[in-house]
Amino acid sequence: MTGRLSRRRLLGWAGAGAAVAGAGAVTACSASLAPVAEGVVPFRGERQAGIVTPAQDRLHFVALDLTTDNRDRVRALLQKWTTAAERMTAGAETAPGGAVGGNPDGPPADTGEALGLPAAKLTLTFGVGPGFFDKLGLDPALRPAGLAELPRFTLDQLDPALSGGDLCIQACADDPQVAVHAVRNLVRMGFGTTTVRWSQLGFGRTSSTSTAQATPRNLFGFKDGTRNLKAEDGAELDQHVWVQPADGPPWLAGGTYLVARRIRMHIEIWDRTSLTEQETIIGRTKGEGAALGATGEFDPADFAAIGPDGQPRIGEVAHIRLASAEALNGVRILRRGYNFVDGSDGQGHLNAGLFFVAFMRDPHAQFVPMQRALANNDVMMEYIEHTGSAVFACPPGLTEGQYWAQPLLEA
Amino acid sequence: MSRTSRAAVRVTTVIGAAAALAACTSTAPPSGGDAAGGGPIAVTAADASCDVAAAEAPAGKITFSVRNTGSKITEFYLYGTGDRIMGEVENIGPGLTRDLIVEVPDGGSYTTACKPGMVGDGIRAPFTVTGSATRSVDENTRLAEATTGYHRWVTSQIEALVPKTQEFVDAVKAGDVETAKALFPVARTYWERIEPVAESFGDIDPKIDGREDDERDAGVQFTGYHRLEKDLWVDGLQADSPAMADQLMADIRDLQSRTATVELTPVQLANGAKELLDEVATGKITGEEDRYSHTDLWDFKANVEGSQGAVASLRPVIDEKDPTLGPVLDERFAAVDALLEEYRVGDGYRLYTELTDEDKRRMAEAVDALGEPVSQVAGVVTS
Repeated sequence: MTGRLSRRRLLGWAGAGAAVAGAGAVTACSASLAPVAEGVVPFRGERQAGIVTPAQDRLHFVALDLTTDNRDRVRALLQKWTTAAERMTAGAETAPGGAVGGNPDGPPADTGEALGLPAAKLTLTFGVGPGFFDKLGLDPALRPAGLAELPRFTLDQLDPALSGGDLCIQACADDPQVAVHAVRNLVRMGFGTTTVRWSQLGFGRTSSTSTAQATPRNLFGFKDGTRNLKAEDGAELDQHVWVQPADGPPWLAGGTYLVARRIRMHIEIWDRTSLTEQETIIGRTKGEGAALGATGEFDPADFAAIGPDGQPRIGEVAHIRLASAEALNGVRILRRGYNFVDGSDGQGHLNAGLFFVAFMRDPHAQFVPMQRALANNDVMMEYIEHTGSAVFACPPGLTEGQYWAQPLLEA
Repeated sequence: MSRTSRAAVRVTTVIGAAAALAACTSTAPPSGGDAAGGGPIAVTAADASCDVAAAEAPAGKITFSVRNTGSKITEFYLYGTGDRIMGEVENIGPGLTRDLIVEVPDGGSYTTACKPGMVGDGIRAPFTVTGSATRSVDENTRLAEATTGYHRWVTSQIEALVPKTQEFVDAVKAGDVETAKALFPVARTYWERIEPVAESFGDIDPKIDGREDDERDAGVQFTGYHRLEKDLWVDGLQADSPAMADQLMADIRDLQSRTATVELTPVQLANGAKELLDEVATGKITGEEDRYSHTDLWDFKANVEGSQGAVASLRPVIDEKDPTLGPVLDERFAAVDALLEEYRVGDGYRLYTELTDEDKRRMAEAVDALGEPVSQVAGVVTS
């Protein structure tokens, strides 16, 4: 079977238990050996999907709060979520016959808007926030140091209604309806145990997480993530992304941290800025995306080069210099952000920006120094403001039969 | 439950599917009309006490004679599991005595409650019904009992709605604005508990509970509670306010007569329970409904009570078909009640305009948490 696999067809396929030829989109970290249908990213494996999985086009990210301190109820929800998530990532409904096959007198178990749509490479990535430990009264030793709250950065304009959360689910897919369907159904299952704190829709991935992908552009019109860590960077991922056994509590070994920042862009102001100024601020050309002084996008940036005016070709406060590993003692992160436009703001301006999502081994050793350098020096700060912020710990991937965060809850 | 006992509580016509189901009850043994041989059980309801003369009675017809010795209007309830209302008597004024005659076919643990001021969970005490539940109870019997039990409850609500609305109407016609304002949310409480029943008639709800900005056919006036609400709180009483008051009363009496013969199915009960919570989510949490008086939390509470009343009627069926659902419903209803108690002021509630965004968020969360399991009831009882 090749081509697009619809949800309806998948049900038949799954029921027959037949293997499907033409498997694609198997992530580098997947431990699954079974062939998978096209457009299906395996849900289980050594790592959670949706981290080094080649970035899909669309995002629906949701941060939730626990409304109970009852561990059994949270466990039951996570089990239910896991079952539904695995089904949905395979292109199926939350439950067999969930949309129209149930009792017509009751509300359908599946909301139905993804019926007939392909799996669309849906990944669902799960994390726990700082409040998860306090609310459930978990052993403080289980709370990893990396989950300490982020410091306040210069010019932060954080809205509490767009920040924090006890849990998060990142849904990425090539079809926005598939991502929204997944989040909507998981949120619904959580009513009474969790409540939505905030959520964010994203489109147009703003970085590549695979060398197979072209570098996309952000809403400032610049290629973004040229030097991003990529799925193919095996050893570097271990160094910069995956939490190592010695780093903290065993349940998180092989997992990672997720930092989310909602970055509002003052689009209209940027659009009135000269091309030269824009390129100077970024440190790259707008067309090719080459570092200033270089010609190709992937040519190495020469931070030592001096221009005809006797000044560094890439300015001292250029964005790519401030954010570079060279300037940050080798710090790197895996970025996985998306553009967003939440309509207009009532003043006729786009309520738009970049929803920054990044994965890393230790937010306080990686994200904090990077963001501090940017917040204090980056000229781009005149064109953006950070309006939301959250940090989560994402457990490693799930083995067969495991549910999300099982090693933590049963530690 | 025998047909005669239902007639006694003025369910005069239950026809169609419900009647067919009810017929099954005739196969059950008579539920002991002679069981109340000990005579009525005296209940002395004061403002801070509720003395029930006996803590147990044999299964069958049980009569409580409730005397209100307190200074507040009171109510008396007999509850089964999950606060299923076995019977209740509403609107007992100070110094009055009213009887509650309730049919309890199954032995087991029950709860009595007086509600001085008609607020909260009331003053509760355990009550034991003795005797073995020997009758054969099949599913259809349970469903029929659910619909007749709910109908009985609706009827009791209307019996309180009529005089309370009359008091409100009288105050409006007397030009007594302050009294009318105080009675407005109280009268509406009985209305909001049973609104899905009224909505089932289609034409009654717009007349009684329509909003000013609803679309109406040419020549159709804005009438009902909200028209008078606007007069009382915003415009001042108008020349036609007395006529509007009379119209409201006539519409309420129309509702009363039509409800006496309404036909209800278990699915309607379940959907009514869900719709009442939808009302809360779309009209009360937003402050949209009582936009002049801002007494939305009174309605909120009444909607939840109405939802709980309908769900409780179905409880034996729910417990039989999905034993996990009932406890979730109990917990979520209790959570909403507890949250609303935080906003209580005297016999009423804080005004909507006094709520913070955080307050509204907490209410929305509690209603979402309750609405999801309540939405499952229809599917469970028909599974």
